[in-house]
Amino acid sequence: MSVTHETPITFEQIERNFREIAPPLTEAEAVMEANRCVYCYDAPCTRACPTHIDVPSFIKKIASGNLTGSARVIFDANPIGATCARVCPVDVLCEGACVEKTLMDKPIEIGRLQRYATDAATSRGRELFKAGVSNGKSVGIVGSGPAGLSCATYLARLGYDVTIYERKELPGGLDTYGMASLGELETSHDAVFLGVGLGATARLGIPGEGLEGVYDALDFIERIKTREWASVPIGHTVAVVGAGNTAIDAVTQARRLGAERVLMIYRRSAREMPAYQYEYELAKQDAVEFWWQTAPVEIVADATGSRVASLRCVRMELGEPDASGRRSTQPVAGTEFDIQVDMVVKALGQQKRLDLFGQISGVELDAAGRVRVDKGTMQTGNPKFFAGGDCVNGGREAVDASQMGKLAAQGIHFALTGERVELAGAKIVSPKTSGLH
Amino acid sequence: MADLSVNFAGIKSPNPFWLASAPPTNMGSMVERAFDAGWGGAVWKTLGEPIRNVCSRLAAIDLGPQRMIGLNNIELITDRSLDVNLKEIRECKRKYPKHALIVSLMVESRREAWHDIVRQVEDTGADGVELNFGCPHGMSERGMGAAMGQVPEYTSMVTEWVKEASSLPVIVKLTPNVTNIVPPGRAAVKGGADAISLINTINSVMGVNLDTLVPHPNVGGMAAHGGYCGPAVKPIALNMVSELARDREVGVPISGIGGISTWRDAAEFLLLGATTVQVCTAVMHYGYRIVEDMIDGLSNYLDDKGFASVHDIIGRSVERVTDWGNLDLNYKTVARIDHSKCIQCNLCHIACEDGAHQCIPLVQMNGTRFPVVDEAECVGCNLCYLVCPSPGCISMVRLDDGSHPQTWRELSSKQPETMTGD
Repeated sequence: MSVTHETPITFEQIERNFREIAPPLTEAEAVMEANRCVYCYDAPCTRACPTHIDVPSFIKKIASGNLTGSARVIFDANPIGATCARVCPVDVLCEGACVEKTLMDKPIEIGRLQRYATDAATSRGRELFKAGVSNGKSVGIVGSGPAGLSCATYLARLGYDVTIYERKELPGGLDTYGMASLGELETSHDAVFLGVGLGATARLGIPGEGLEGVYDALDFIERIKTREWASVPIGHTVAVVGAGNTAIDAVTQARRLGAERVLMIYRRSAREMPAYQYEYELAKQDAVEFWWQTAPVEIVADATGSRVASLRCVRMELGEPDASGRRSTQPVAGTEFDIQVDMVVKALGQQKRLDLFGQISGVELDAAGRVRVDKGTMQTGNPKFFAGGDCVNGGREAVDASQMGKLAAQGIHFALTGERVELAGAKIVSPKTSGLH
Repeated sequence: MADLSVNFAGIKSPNPFWLASAPPTNMGSMVERAFDAGWGGAVWKTLGEPIRNVCSRLAAIDLGPQRMIGLNNIELITDRSLDVNLKEIRECKRKYPKHALIVSLMVESRREAWHDIVRQVEDTGADGVELNFGCPHGMSERGMGAAMGQVPEYTSMVTEWVKEASSLPVIVKLTPNVTNIVPPGRAAVKGGADAISLINTINSVMGVNLDTLVPHPNVGGMAAHGGYCGPAVKPIALNMVSELARDREVGVPISGIGGISTWRDAAEFLLLGATTVQVCTAVMHYGYRIVEDMIDGLSNYLDDKGFASVHDIIGRSVERVTDWGNLDLNYKTVARIDHSKCIQCNLCHIACEDGAHQCIPLVQMNGTRFPVVDEAECVGCNLCYLVCPSPGCISMVRLDDGSHPQTWRELSSKQPETMTGD
């Protein structure tokens, strides 16, 4: 990936642009906010959280000044709780369910409180959990995303010898070392967890996709994560194709890198866009142009024939809902037009890793290319293999993957020892009172 | 992890957190759920001749958005038969042998009546009895509860009766509805009490409904004073606990009660001399589950401070409480305002101007009016520091002019006339 052109803004400005949107809470703010929580019983926020963190408990502990205990409650139910505090779509999860939202449309800032508690614990460096006494069994975890890290944490706490395999540290990556190595994992471990996520971004399937200046949204975002600004490509005018949350990431980040004009190209209307409302608002605030009911038909090269010069699009009209429930689209004849752009980012969603799973005997995929698992244990059709995260649910939130990693840890433990453990937040605990039977 | 277990007058408990005698300990199934949630002990809802209650029974005071900073009740002792209660106590103790199970008692002021009930309780296997000399409403009109606790001679007498009939540890629960808590405390010890618990509830009227003109809680258009408890009473309870903890004639373990909602509250009671604490209102508000953070928070606090056991903090602050006459008159502090943190609310200025000593004028600085402390006039009263809403903005700073400490007691012993103010 080469640098398209030098960004018109300074690296210092870019650093500022990439700061976390919400600043951390001060101690006074955190205590004030924590005291606003009414400490619900059988709380809606806990039910709404895919990992079922005991939210009132960790907030109550912030109010009482027990920050170590607060962080322990969070990490006990969600090993990637510090990340989720920043990336979770809280307004559709815990904060969306908060009784203070119901009451006054002002939910408790659960995400920021979670960040406050986990940051405090991290900065104190106090050990919150210990690895369990070794039980002599070993588990291989393929992929160090949210599902893999979560599964690995719980298994280590249960006394397993855990090895995480991450393609980024292995030359050639998982895609190329392929089945021979997976076969080795099967023989060298008592169980294997697959948290391999999804594959490359889907192709547009139009001419010009191979031109210089055309990027995959995930590669683009990953480059930004290195914070090496000089090597991050940016155009004057950037067109992002797609309207999911990854597309929003791409448009807002392109703006923050200094692109003068950023367009989001989507074949349906705002009503059908898959991105969360919160993400859409963010893009609007960043002065992104939305080209609704517009589809790219060709990426046109410049005079040299190698670089992007413009994006040829066609207007779309919407028909009846299709099988997926979304409205079908139809190009409107004779409406082609060109937009001058010097960078195109593809954000169409990721493809499934059919190649990988197809070669593990017994592992089955559903019609959409997702790994079939037992929903309670995350065990695949091959009893030695367990799976979780995007490769199982087709691509959802980090917090969903974390929960699957937890369920897989329980499943692996049961398969290898016959013992059932119930990890924190594995399921919603029904109220135990005399009034409800 | 710090050891939270305590031995309270011979009663062993896995932690110092007990439920007070009240609705949360009304029956066996409730106490058992509480033990499952983590409570180390429970004092069973007061046994006696079953009573008839009124309806309604509770009223609360809110402060802004905070519900129930104070709660008042006119409920009486148990309305369940003695036999049923005793049967459940026996079963509960058998199921939870390591937890502290105390039975609160209140019967008519007759020696045989006390002998009879305490023998029946001892037979259940309960760990101790608590004599309810504190209930300020209803029962006191029948010569029981606070009517006992308000007369030291009665307190001693009944305590002696109970000790005659039983070898169980006897805790005497005191009423705060007295002008001085020390005489009742000494009277309990004189009667043979093995321990003391306090405070019971405070006489109170919670308010008046401005539409119906009937005070709360309304019982058919009429109201009666009730017993006040909850977070608002904590300072009163802390005072009474520390008064008894530092009295040499008392010298028995204390179970602290009054407004304890968090591990921090509990730690304060322990520091001021309580060996165990009893909780009611916070559980009536949020449920038994609150004990989890009490245990976790106290344990983390002890670890952070390097204390190996909860016993290491019990009574540790008692020596820091003294009579006013022993305080150093030459100790001097003044307020300092950090203007970088000042939000220009001017509450410190107006509080000092109208409520204290007129030493925080507003001064024009760089185009903005800031409150500025006149340190020569500041008496170091803390009021500005207390009203300031901005954390860290106002601090109270020690000014050491090198003068030796001098107390009013020392001064008055040299100059007797200052005692009379002549």
